[in-house]
Amino acid sequence: MTTLSYLQAGKRALAEEMRRDRLVWALGEDLGRGGVFGQYRGLAEEFGSARIVDTPISEAGIMAAAVGAAMNNTRPVVEMRFSDFALCAVDELVNQAAKARYMFGGQTTVPLVVREPVGMWRSSAAQHSQSLEAWYVHIPGLVVVAPATPADNYGLLKSAIRCDDPVVYMEHKNLWGLEGEVPAVESTLPLGQARTARVGEVLTVVTWSAALHVCLQAAEKLAGDGLEVEVIDLRTLWPWDRDTVLTSVESTGRCLIVHEAVQVGGFGAEVAAVVAEACFGKLHTPVRRLGAPRVPVPYSPPLEAQLALTVEKVEGAMRGMVG
Amino acid sequence: MSIPNLDRERFRRHYHTMVAIRAFEEAALDALKQGLVHGAIHPSIGQEAVAAGVCGNLLDKDLLLSTHRGHGHTLAKGADPTAMMCELLGRAGGTSHGKGGSMHIADFRVGMLGANGVVGANIGIAAGAAHALKLRGVDAMVCCLFGDGAINRGPFLEGLNWAAVYKLPVLFVCEDNGFAATTRTHTLSAGPGPMARAESLGIRGLSVDGNDILAVDRAARDLMDPVRSGRGPRFLHLRTYRLTGHTGTDPAAYRDQAEVAAAWQNDPIARCRALLTEVGDDAGVLDKLAAEARAMIDQVYRNAREAEWPAPELGFAHVQDLGDPRMRAY
Repeated sequence: MTTLSYLQAGKRALAEEMRRDRLVWALGEDLGRGGVFGQYRGLAEEFGSARIVDTPISEAGIMAAAVGAAMNNTRPVVEMRFSDFALCAVDELVNQAAKARYMFGGQTTVPLVVREPVGMWRSSAAQHSQSLEAWYVHIPGLVVVAPATPADNYGLLKSAIRCDDPVVYMEHKNLWGLEGEVPAVESTLPLGQARTARVGEVLTVVTWSAALHVCLQAAEKLAGDGLEVEVIDLRTLWPWDRDTVLTSVESTGRCLIVHEAVQVGGFGAEVAAVVAEACFGKLHTPVRRLGAPRVPVPYSPPLEAQLALTVEKVEGAMRGMVG
Repeated sequence: MSIPNLDRERFRRHYHTMVAIRAFEEAALDALKQGLVHGAIHPSIGQEAVAAGVCGNLLDKDLLLSTHRGHGHTLAKGADPTAMMCELLGRAGGTSHGKGGSMHIADFRVGMLGANGVVGANIGIAAGAAHALKLRGVDAMVCCLFGDGAINRGPFLEGLNWAAVYKLPVLFVCEDNGFAATTRTHTLSAGPGPMARAESLGIRGLSVDGNDILAVDRAARDLMDPVRSGRGPRFLHLRTYRLTGHTGTDPAAYRDQAEVAAAWQNDPIARCRALLTEVGDDAGVLDKLAAEARAMIDQVYRNAREAEWPAPELGFAHVQDLGDPRMRAY
């Protein structure tokens, strides 16, 4: 094992895949100078400007070019800078990338990855802070990934690049500096498999992305009182690992879903519905969700903080279910 | 236009293609009337010289992206007409197993990467397909056709800029039939038109009469040369006229019947026939060519009507590799 940051882990994954397969290339704004967060720093020097492509500020053009290039035997990795900007390219992702394989009857695949940094981060306000994973999970044809750790950002990004489906790959901006153990030798992690980040008996918490870390801290608090909470990091939101979640809930009898995204219509609603349908007879309490209020993200730190998931909020929700 | 040394065989091929396209779309309209075509179709009747003159000049290795009005382009690129008609009728044996229909007609076997149901969306995709050719070092080009309505969409700017900045091998073809769906395009488009917009990005091109097969053929070839030799994208503006409504069921009551009658006097198929007559083809030769094309499409239409429906499980195939598409779907 070796220690890498979440950012370094993603960079290593891309670099390894580009060395392995010359048809892998990356395109996005400012990539030649490392990208907005430095996730691409040094890659243009190694791979050249033909494969680390600096693009105009043309999100629709970037995504469309990736669709055309993916249908023509290459594997583009698209950088959208902020997931919010990917909304300028929704037709290209939803009507084109996600549909081409199906509506052309399997004549083509669209093996692209679109990296969409998500989440609240340093007073970025309403247009640079969103977590819109639920929208993409709703679209047939797309795979949706939201890694929470350096190891996952390494192994899952590699698998996403090798995947023949279009993958929406959501890295959380607050995690770039997070350090963790990553395999020293090259390896991948399977898409669609959850990770049980903490084993427990009294409650199953289902979460993903940066919310995982808040949930783990809250679980520690309950552990101090002898209440062991199981925390499952979904990692991939479509297809999501129902078996791991349902097996856990059948054993604990309680399920809380925690995400940073707006709670209304969030992916937590889908998880809650499936758990309620599948585990009804085994549940000791109603399934609960904890997400953000349905307001845009404000700029001012105290206002922003009201929307953020905190250990206190998650701990409160947990205690409310096991108390 | 003077016609010294006209390559008569070439224009006979164009004539055959144009008659076949017309016959195909007349059959498709008949199928629509009989309830055999289930969704919308967008006929290109009156625009056949664009398809024949542009796509007829593409090589097998070249790639094509088209629009919702794409039957003619697809046929001229060499797609199997029976598979296409099966697709329109939603039958097994369709180019996409009946899953796309007319608006999403595609035949990747002949480099036809799809018609698109979203106006202008194919422009950026074409640029990307060309980007991949360049990245892979493949010696081929991309041709992207779109209508005059597409010039007011953002992807027109983003896609053209992209192709120009990276000097990609794309021929952009604006098939200007004067209508954006049911609205006259010029009433809602600022500036002097498509060619000027392309030129503003430094993309050179030509604007010619799209109903004149000789002019279309020459302009397309003249512009494909620099595209193929790596000098970046070119732009072809073809002025034509849509003789039918926007869709197969649109009576086009928003325009004067006298205007349509006058436009029929400019029918590109009749003009192609006149061209061949002018260089010495007799009526018998041309009648035979046309009859062959029509008979071929008649057979296509008969075969498609007899084709089976797609197997139900095909509805759940080709979604994606990961995940069961039926999971909790009902």
